[in-house]
Amino acid sequence: MSADIAAPRSQRLDPKYVRARKSRGSFEMIAWLFMRLSGVALIVLIFGHLFANLMLGEGITGINFGFVAGKWADPVWMFWDLAMLWLAMLHGTNGVRTIINDYAEKPVTRVWLKGILYVATIVIVVLGTLVIFTFDPCIPGSTLSVCQ
Amino acid sequence: MSKASSGTLYRGHEGMWSWVGHRVTGVVIFLFLLVHVLDTSLVRVSPGAYDAVMSTYKNPLMALGETALVAAIVFHAFNGLRLILVDFWKSGTKYHRQMLWGVLALWVITMVAFSIRHLSIAFGGH
Ligand code: HEM
Ligand code: HEM
Repeated sequence: MSADIAAPRSQRLDPKYVRARKSRGSFEMIAWLFMRLSGVALIVLIFGHLFANLMLGEGITGINFGFVAGKWADPVWMFWDLAMLWLAMLHGTNGVRTIINDYAEKPVTRVWLKGILYVATIVIVVLGTLVIFTFDPCIPGSTLSVCQ
Repeated sequence: MSKASSGTLYRGHEGMWSWVGHRVTGVVIFLFLLVHVLDTSLVRVSPGAYDAVMSTYKNPLMALGETALVAAIVFHAFNGLRLILVDFWKSGTKYHRQMLWGVLALWVITMVAFSIRHLSIAFGGH
């Protein structure tokens, strides 16, 4: 009697050993890579943000409406903040998704927590993007130089 | 697992603690960011509303909170860079422990420099 032992992954296995065909392989692979690429970009973006806002000039005491108007008068800072908003939110959301998958064991709990997470992410990303692009420094009676 | 286990790359010893630290700081930064975008959005409500909320960030107690937040970010950033090196640099797994000490050293240096500047501004009584 000769036992017929199929090679692994030959798909000639007893069905009970065959893994689910539906694969999330490539999505998880892209997410893994994205965490690393966005991480490198975020170091530059966030360290630059903190340095400009807390270390230079008057630091925290200098932050007010006029300070924001001054920064967003420059398109470089607009796109800096836009990139930081999108990358940090997607990186953070994906990180928290991993954590939910690790700790929430019941499928219903997972679905709810991730639903809340994704809604919060969409709201914050849309709000933050609108704020950057619809910002108007010129309120009536403004004395800011950009409004003269 | 045997009692004499010396842990693996990710679990036990320094590897475990740095992993817990990375996870906790990641969540803390994420929660801060949600609030931060909301408070920044006040610039679309009125300059007065924005300035009122910003002035609460300027008291000395909040300055300590900001320092703690920056400490969390700097740790997450440097340790994240270490994780990236472990994955992509061919000797990364060999030196992961030494790199953790490097992360902690850089973290201390960065935080000393940051705290001196930030706290002297915040406590300087402008
Ligand atoms: C400053 C630059 C940053 C770097 C270099 C960085 C790097 C990383 C890396 C390499 C990972 C591991 C991903 C994995 O295990 O597959 C990670 C996880 C994570 N990051 Fe970041 N990150 C940065 C900023 C941020 C920011 C701004 C947030 C929040 C908005 C954040 C939140 C998270 C979370 C929640 C995780 C998941 C932790 C876990 O699964 O244990 N990170 N980060
Ligand atoms: C205590 C430390 C911080 C202070 C005082 C601060 C201050 C500010 C200020 C004044 C602005 C207005 C625009 C500008 O200056 O560019 C802003 C916007 C922004 N900050 Fe921060 N920030 C801090 C930490 C952070 C961190 C750690 C992150 C990332 C995780 C971050 C992400 C952002 C983003 C994405 C925007 C744009 C918001 C929008 O689109 O409406 N900030 N911050």
